[in-house]
Amino acid sequence: MLYYAGQRLVLSVVIVMVAVSILTLMMHVVPGDPAVMILGPRATPELIEQTRVAMGLDKPLPIQLLTFFGNILRGDLGQDVFTGRPVSRIVFEQLPYTLILISVSILWSAALGILLGAYSALRRNTWLDTLTGILSVGTISIPAFVMALYAVLIFAVWLGWLPAIGAGRGFWDGISHLILPAFAIGVAWVGYVARIVRASMLEVMGEPHVRMARAFGLPERRITRSHILKIAVQPAVTLLGTGVAHLFSAAVFVEVIFARPGIGALIVSAVNERNYPIVLGAVLVTTGIIVLATLISDLVVAWLDPRQREGM
Amino acid sequence: MPETNETAQPETLVSVRDLSLDFDTLSGPLHALRNVTLALPKGRITGLVGESGCGKSTLAYSLIGLLPGNASIVGGEIAMDGLDLAHLRASEWRKLRGTRIAMIFQDPMTSLNPVTTVGQQMLDIQYRDRSSRAEKRAKAVEFLEQVQIPDPESKLDVYPHQLSGGMRQRVCIAMALLTQPDLLIADEPTTALDATLEMQIVDLLKELQGKFGCSVLFVSHHLGTVAELCDDVAVMYAGEVVERGTARQIFHDPAHPYTQALFECDPGRIREATRELPTIPGTLPDLRRPPRGCAFRARCPHAWPRCADEHPPLYLRDEGHDARCHLLDETEAVA
Amino acid sequence: MTDAAQNATRTRAEDSPLPEPTLLARTLRTLSGNRTGVIGFVLVALIVASAVLAPWITPYDPAAIMTGPRMSPPTAEHWLGTDNIGRDIFSRVIAGGRIAMLVAAAALGAALSAGLALGLIAGLGPRWLDNIMLLVFDALRSFPVIVFGLAVVTIIGPSLFTVILVVAITSIPIYARIVRTQTMALRNAEFILAERAMGAGMARILLVHVLPNVLGPLLILASMDVPLVIATEAGLSFLGMGVRPPTPSWGVILNDGYNFIRNSPWPVIGGSVPIILVTLGFTFMGEALRDIFDPKLRKTG
Repeated sequence: MLYYAGQRLVLSVVIVMVAVSILTLMMHVVPGDPAVMILGPRATPELIEQTRVAMGLDKPLPIQLLTFFGNILRGDLGQDVFTGRPVSRIVFEQLPYTLILISVSILWSAALGILLGAYSALRRNTWLDTLTGILSVGTISIPAFVMALYAVLIFAVWLGWLPAIGAGRGFWDGISHLILPAFAIGVAWVGYVARIVRASMLEVMGEPHVRMARAFGLPERRITRSHILKIAVQPAVTLLGTGVAHLFSAAVFVEVIFARPGIGALIVSAVNERNYPIVLGAVLVTTGIIVLATLISDLVVAWLDPRQREGM
Repeated sequence: MPETNETAQPETLVSVRDLSLDFDTLSGPLHALRNVTLALPKGRITGLVGESGCGKSTLAYSLIGLLPGNASIVGGEIAMDGLDLAHLRASEWRKLRGTRIAMIFQDPMTSLNPVTTVGQQMLDIQYRDRSSRAEKRAKAVEFLEQVQIPDPESKLDVYPHQLSGGMRQRVCIAMALLTQPDLLIADEPTTALDATLEMQIVDLLKELQGKFGCSVLFVSHHLGTVAELCDDVAVMYAGEVVERGTARQIFHDPAHPYTQALFECDPGRIREATRELPTIPGTLPDLRRPPRGCAFRARCPHAWPRCADEHPPLYLRDEGHDARCHLLDETEAVA
Repeated sequence: MTDAAQNATRTRAEDSPLPEPTLLARTLRTLSGNRTGVIGFVLVALIVASAVLAPWITPYDPAAIMTGPRMSPPTAEHWLGTDNIGRDIFSRVIAGGRIAMLVAAAALGAALSAGLALGLIAGLGPRWLDNIMLLVFDALRSFPVIVFGLAVVTIIGPSLFTVILVVAITSIPIYARIVRTQTMALRNAEFILAERAMGAGMARILLVHVLPNVLGPLLILASMDVPLVIATEAGLSFLGMGVRPPTPSWGVILNDGYNFIRNSPWPVIGGSVPIILVTLGFTFMGEALRDIFDPKLRKTG
């Protein structure tokens, strides 16, 4: 198990390195001087030359990549083109806002989704099952940024119940500023999770070991918990693990729409000013988190299901 | 059970009377069981044989209340100690299952919970007992020993997928016997196993049945196994019991043409060298529209006009041996 | 279902063997029992028709300003109202649909062909190449689509082409993996080995055995991916990183609407409803197609 986890961790690091290399390679494949591209048309020749040397762009590509990865290992993600501040510091300043936003989004939506999915599988063809089915399809059909716009429109503009701008100051204010964004990101996930949990519950409920548990007169509650749910949540865990990538995409929009600080807002503003080191640094960190999340979800599934531990 | 007692009428544990059961399908009700009458005597092993789809598994499942949602009992009763099992509520069933009635299933590979250890599952089924965890554990070990699992103590901590199919079926048997049931239902428990394992499991079942004295309903399409294991046999065809008797009567003097045909097709009984396995020609009748006369008529080599019009009752062949075939009608034989 | 029920149904099947239904019969049967499937096909037909006919059915020039009062609610002249500079929202929504469909067709077409080619290479090529390709696929899949899109915009600038490129690159791994798995399964199948032994070329084997096997699932998957593509296009355009104004795109309409959300809800409503309808339409249609052509193919996540 530990060996497996270690192996997967190494693979994850390799995947992140490949991902970042792909982006760096793209920059070099595109015709034109990367330094000019980064600095934009306003740059003076001196600044361009300075940037080239500073970023090591005057060296051959493999050396650049090696230097880049070497720097990453030392925690150095490069410098902000304009202010010269370390990219790592800028990124890690913004990261907590995004992490809190997506954690809260996923927690409430997964909890509600599992509950609704399990309930509608156990009480098939009741009004709640039908409602869950309709709501799942409905919410899945609305992209997070459209949901965010409607959240602003309905709850902030029309009803005026909740603030729509910024992250707030202090704990309670922070919470009130978190509600609409977390709602906008999470609501589709309620649908995804409910659908997948319902489907896998129905599948597991038909398995012979559940029938065997009934043949021993075990209470339904216990059968649901240890014979059905423990197996049926596995696809949902995997879904959530791979879904972290989508959560980051959604966070980009939600941070822009609600004018919240965060890594998504950081990337958008960096793209606007063509601040490539910040974009690259932020992409590296998000990709790392996503790969880590996938790894964790695989480990959770292995912890839930001994069969998955075989050969690890 | 000494041989000399065979003619004495043993006490009945479960009595199925005129049981009829329908499956609700898209194209209308499918009459899976029709007027099934069968007695399971106390302390004996009753074999239930027939082709796939004859209703033998359906009958077995109706005895433990685990029928699929689209099944409904439309007539008859299943009497057991003053209870009618055909009309029990879910809560009443739960009180019987795992106390008085237990079941062993066909596929040991999927019958155990894959995400829980064997030991935990054996503790779980003792949830009604007030004994301590250590006592329950000791009981689990005791029964794993009974089914001849080597080093039972260590097997408590393994997961089902770490055991072989034969071992898993032994665990299932241990779990079923641990509840000390009056009735043990075994639904083709050896079908998924290879021949060597099959014999081991059959020997084990016979030995343990003798030791614990419970009644067993053994569902199988393997005649050799049934001959080996069972005291009494009921043959089912197209949702009906077509012949009942002791194993000796059925195997030495099969009265129904269907039973005779089954024996002719049993690979274990074919003496002459042949290249092809014989099969019974024809197919099962459509159970959505059961035929008016004898269900086996279309495939029966001895069919005559009466078989088409008149549904045969169970004619007595011998003491405790009867069959649904007009050939046994003694008034007819005289005429 | 228990064995008992299985036995029961088996009996029925043995007894009256139904003839293999034709494709048309299966289509009709699936659709008649499947209201959402019908809704899906109708929605998709409407959307595609309006995209194709857009230049002829828009009541106003989608780029023309001051076609009426500014930020007007829906009226008889302006079915979805007007935006902050008096452009007709309905005309812009229809024109935006054309852009969305264009992006979807181009991006998915590119992703399908590239995925097919790369999947075949990975499935048939040497082990080391397969491993490298899998690694690259995994790396591409670990990018959040929008974040990857933004990074690409930094490199090559925002444009319609950028959007198509981003969607194509991030979709390729999904298709390529399916083709790869199918190819590998077939590569060692006995009948393929037999054909190879009899001298059939690899090209023939691919054409006759692999393609028909993977094309169906790929197309069904692609149809279910259309909403994702359109949401990506709209999203990037919303951020100003995709289709550039004044070209009408649903994302651009939504961005205008967002900036004036306190003045009028109509641009937001007009820009978002088609996105939702497209998603519903293609999802329902994809599910119905899956049921008709390949009941075994189940979406797992």
